[in-house]
Amino acid sequence: MSDRDQSIGSAGGRMIGFARSFALLKESPIAIFGLSLILMWVILALLAPVLPLFDPNTPLEPLKKPLSEARDGATYWLGTDHKGRDVLSRVIFGARQVLVWATFATVVAYIFGIMMGVVAGYLGGWWDEVISFISNVLLSFPVMVLYIIIITNLGSTGFNIVLAVTFASAPGIMRIVRGLVLDLKTRDYIYAAQTRGESALYIMLVELLPNARGPLIVDACLRLGYTTITIAILGYLGLGLPPPDPDWGKMIAETQPLGSFAGHMAIVPALAISSLVLGFNLLADGLREISLRD
Amino acid sequence: MTNQTPVLECKDLCISYFTRAGEIPAVVDFNLRVMPGEAIGIVGESGCGKSTVALAIMQYMGNNGDIVGGDIKFNGRDMTTMSDDELRRLRGSKISMVYQEPMASLNPSMLIGEQLAEVLVYHEGASLSQSKASAAEMLEAVRLPEPDRIMTSYPHQISGGQQQRVVIAMALLSKPELLLLDEPTTALDVTIEAGIVDLIKDLAKQFGTSMIYISHNLGLILETCDRIAVMYSGEVVEEGTVGEVFDHMRHPYTRGLFASIPLPSADKHARPLMPIRGQLPLPHERPVGCNFGPRCDFFEASKCDQGPLSMHDIDREKLHRARCERLADIDWASYKPEGLGGSDTTSGKIVLEVEDMKKYYEIRDNSLAAVLSGDRIKWVKANEDISFVAREAETVAIVGESGCGKSTFAKVLMGLEQATAGEVRLLDTDLGQVPVQQRRPQTVSLLQMVFQNPFDTLNPSRTIGSQISRVIKKFGVETEPVKIQNRVFKLLDLVKLPRDFAYRRPRQLSGGQKQRVGIARAFAGNPSVVIADEPVSALDVSVQAAVTRLLMEIQREFKTTLLFISHDLSVVRYLSDRVVVMYLGYLLEQGTTDQVFAPPYHPYTEALLSAVPIADTSVEKREIVLSGELPSATNPPTGCPFQTRCHRKIGAICEDEIPPERELADGHKMRCHLDQDELDAMEPVIVMGDDQSAA
Amino acid sequence: MLVLIGRRLVSMALIMAVVSFILFLLFETDKLGVAGKVLGPYSSTEQREIWLENNGYNEPFLLRYFDWAGNALVGDFGGSIQLKVPVSEVLWSRLGNTAILAGVVFAVMIPLSLTLGVLAGLKEASLRDRSITVISVITTSVPEFASATLLTAIFVFWLGWLPGTSAMTGGFAWNEIILPAAVLVLYGFGYITRMTRASMAEVMTSQYIRTAILKGLPYRRIVLRHALRNALIAPFTVIVLQLNWLLSGVIVVEVFFSYKGFGKLLLDASLFGDIYMIEACTLIAVFVAVLSQLISDIGYTILNPRIRFD
Repeated sequence: MSDRDQSIGSAGGRMIGFARSFALLKESPIAIFGLSLILMWVILALLAPVLPLFDPNTPLEPLKKPLSEARDGATYWLGTDHKGRDVLSRVIFGARQVLVWATFATVVAYIFGIMMGVVAGYLGGWWDEVISFISNVLLSFPVMVLYIIIITNLGSTGFNIVLAVTFASAPGIMRIVRGLVLDLKTRDYIYAAQTRGESALYIMLVELLPNARGPLIVDACLRLGYTTITIAILGYLGLGLPPPDPDWGKMIAETQPLGSFAGHMAIVPALAISSLVLGFNLLADGLREISLRD
Repeated sequence: MTNQTPVLECKDLCISYFTRAGEIPAVVDFNLRVMPGEAIGIVGESGCGKSTVALAIMQYMGNNGDIVGGDIKFNGRDMTTMSDDELRRLRGSKISMVYQEPMASLNPSMLIGEQLAEVLVYHEGASLSQSKASAAEMLEAVRLPEPDRIMTSYPHQISGGQQQRVVIAMALLSKPELLLLDEPTTALDVTIEAGIVDLIKDLAKQFGTSMIYISHNLGLILETCDRIAVMYSGEVVEEGTVGEVFDHMRHPYTRGLFASIPLPSADKHARPLMPIRGQLPLPHERPVGCNFGPRCDFFEASKCDQGPLSMHDIDREKLHRARCERLADIDWASYKPEGLGGSDTTSGKIVLEVEDMKKYYEIRDNSLAAVLSGDRIKWVKANEDISFVAREAETVAIVGESGCGKSTFAKVLMGLEQATAGEVRLLDTDLGQVPVQQRRPQTVSLLQMVFQNPFDTLNPSRTIGSQISRVIKKFGVETEPVKIQNRVFKLLDLVKLPRDFAYRRPRQLSGGQKQRVGIARAFAGNPSVVIADEPVSALDVSVQAAVTRLLMEIQREFKTTLLFISHDLSVVRYLSDRVVVMYLGYLLEQGTTDQVFAPPYHPYTEALLSAVPIADTSVEKREIVLSGELPSATNPPTGCPFQTRCHRKIGAICEDEIPPERELADGHKMRCHLDQDELDAMEPVIVMGDDQSAA
Repeated sequence: MLVLIGRRLVSMALIMAVVSFILFLLFETDKLGVAGKVLGPYSSTEQREIWLENNGYNEPFLLRYFDWAGNALVGDFGGSIQLKVPVSEVLWSRLGNTAILAGVVFAVMIPLSLTLGVLAGLKEASLRDRSITVISVITTSVPEFASATLLTAIFVFWLGWLPGTSAMTGGFAWNEIILPAAVLVLYGFGYITRMTRASMAEVMTSQYIRTAILKGLPYRRIVLRHALRNALIAPFTVIVLQLNWLLSGVIVVEVFFSYKGFGKLLLDASLFGDIYMIEACTLIAVFVAVLSQLISDIGYTILNPRIRFD
């Protein structure tokens, strides 16, 4: 171990700060591409009410093909579905729900996961035993089973989805955070803080957590992708959010039987979901690459 | 003899790395000739290119390294034109390598026997059973006990020293002509290192292998090699036979390097430590002309900055050359730079007193045998019956190898662990059982620590200034923001760092700079006692001197008591007033530095002193090589902890009874069964060639 | 080692106990609700109370729990409210169907992902590596029902090579397994490939591989004997844990293709409120998940000499 690290840039796997990661993003074309996909959907979702789109819930002319002409001269860019609703506007409006709930659910899951992980990792002992046991119990449910049980029993509201996502994701996040903390705990600057008589809370919040940011950011991107998929699956299985806003999963479920002659109705939301999740995955990948190159 | 083909010849070798930032020249104008049976040492600090040379000889520079000039000839054949297949046949059979980290260099999932045998299977076409037999023989040749058991073990089941012997055995199996050793003992304990060095010397003689020995340790090279090449920033700056270069160094860098190493043969008055000012240049920021120029006291503008320098002969017969334009001008005899001498500080009152301290750890044995017998709790006796005293303004060194308990001792003092028994009194407050969270902030501020690893000693996410000011605030030294900021600046001044470092983050600092911040942080609260845990072992040699010197200066100014934990006896000799020697949890010897470094010795101290390589040609050292391994603290030997390896073991009494502590002279204490006559008869380990005092 | 297995088994039993208790708590606390489900929404409170009495629901809660758990252990899960037959009659055959699907998926996915991962990791940052990584990222971004939609559009509607549903009405048919299996393989292989790739790349840049190269060993030996042995440890444990994923992912696929498997059974039961079926399915699912964790842990211990020996 020597100053050599400084002279011939070796890969160190260092943790990067959130703000700096934005500046560094331009180093990875993959990350940029992923971020653009995500931003595209975010912008579309935000602007949806003011864009010149058909109303997503009004029945117009059923089963029109993509690029066909509407009665009033406008174009059905992506066609209409079996109830006559414009597919393009349904897809764009559907993004709103997905983005809002996926983000919210992931954030809540993270808050719980981080709290549990830091406490279990740093305080160890009895805390660790209990938290790890609870996590193991939750992790032994196959994810969809957990979702199905929670949603069918508590009803499908946004809040319950957040609850279900938290139950399903927080244990996994806990494990990651715990692992990071166990590793960081042995660093000298933690000993330095302890020898100053710093409280456990201070050490967890100021010394440990900020230095675990790197892998957590990458994981957060990935998890946003998983949560998006999960919400869509719930919609597909009939357990999704209630109307009025269109639900990508439900769109596929409703239109699947008619696929042989009007495939566009199911294919479009399928591609929509895939592109959004791809955005998250690429961003995560690019960030990981950057943090390793650092 | 003179008309032999050199085993290896590098001519005007230039190696560069190609990164996103462009071409980085790692090694420039490298010339070397190794004759059969010769041992050449390549010495330098990090970034000098010595490891790059070794890998280039193996033609293994990774994806982005390449030879961009010159050539390498092995037995007359140009290696750069060899095919992959030819290279493969050379590697491991004609040219072999020994690495710095033995554990990482062995495959963790393969039995050692298999890893050894495949060398012969693939290079000599031998059958598996034949190869295994030869391998077992070689394990005996490297002095490993129970070779058959080791053949059927995995690497993690044997100790570091044993692993390195396995790597050496693996390298020598097919009787190579050239052996490359890249810092082979850096990762090992001092007494283990001595054994390995001894082994390598014998084996090289036995098999007639040529060696290229790469190290940063001048003393080691002096003891093992015939010729030496000193590298700085990618170039060889001085070379020649070992005796000639050591006795008549001419290049300012070589002299600077030499002057920054403490020698256990001299004390701080006769030979003060002289750090090299400035910093190693980054490869893409090298100056025009002499690479060492910016740091050289003899730099002359029109001579030393005119483009690439070449080597000049100093003594043709002894092959002594140096890369300096001012060789003829510099008069070394009249060069007397101001070093840090040690003026003896007078020690004051007792500040820290430890009495019969014990620290035992409980571990649970989860093996089947233990569970069935119901006897699951085992004790690791990390510290046993530690008693010693430290005074104001005194430097007490705690010396020991891994597993001796010195880190545990530090933790108990700092309150990260609690003593199982005994007392620890800091200025009359008994701290032994008080965890740090329960100590009063004033008490906590009195006892602070400087840590070993500069790369982990600072929080990577916070600025330097905020980390230091946190300490100031926590201990209530200052409360107003302006005053706190001032104090931060003053501390940075104290450790000789520019004030604007307060706004930087740790990753922008070098290892030495980070360690300085660590020191600033430790002293921020005006401590009475500072524990420095191997504060310089992770730093480059020339940086070590600067940081050591800094510690000494600060300590002198503030009259702080310094507890200096180290395994490096040279630094200990240099810095400390008193020394305490630990082995497997026991204090085996303590006394003033002079007392401990002169006879009578505890046998362990004797062996430690003998194990330290000394970069001084005029010194004669008695050779004592310990056999065996450092015992594990979970399974300590009966009686005296040192008896399994002691070269002065008396007999049964050593195995049955722990020696009581006895006082030999004023303050000189020892735990040993040897009687007074034997102790009086001990000769000094280190004897100076001239009539200076023996160590 | 034995001690380790023993402890994990105990932990496993503990988890099963806790899970079963939670399930029971969740579904059978509301006794009248249960009766209502069994007898239908038009039954009166009186009728429900009589039924409760006759079926031992007025015993203390814990007794009911142990009763139920004891029965579950021997395979008696009660009667399906929705299907009007004993749960076990339907459960095992459906589980078997899913097992067949899982078997096909694993048989294709594991060799595929391991091979791709090793090939990618061998030459890190090469074109080969980058393409494999990109493909893996893309395929794990397409959820099962999305890829099912796309594959169906291509192979069923456009090319007409495969049937669109997999109800297996005429007995077992290979061509009906292809699409469901393909969807699962497509989604699942990316993760394992990337894990394998990372593990392989890490191993290939390790110091002991450098030692092997500088020992002059042939490349084949280095990869096959030195590298793989270390690189495949992590992927192995991950693969075993994929069983857990499979049980989840399989639900969507079974619904899409109307495959009569375990996942569809659970979903239908949940939507209907078939309490005994739900309990049974969940218990089985959790058991499989916990078992796979156990195998994964034990496997890791066996494969990793550093842990196995001392």
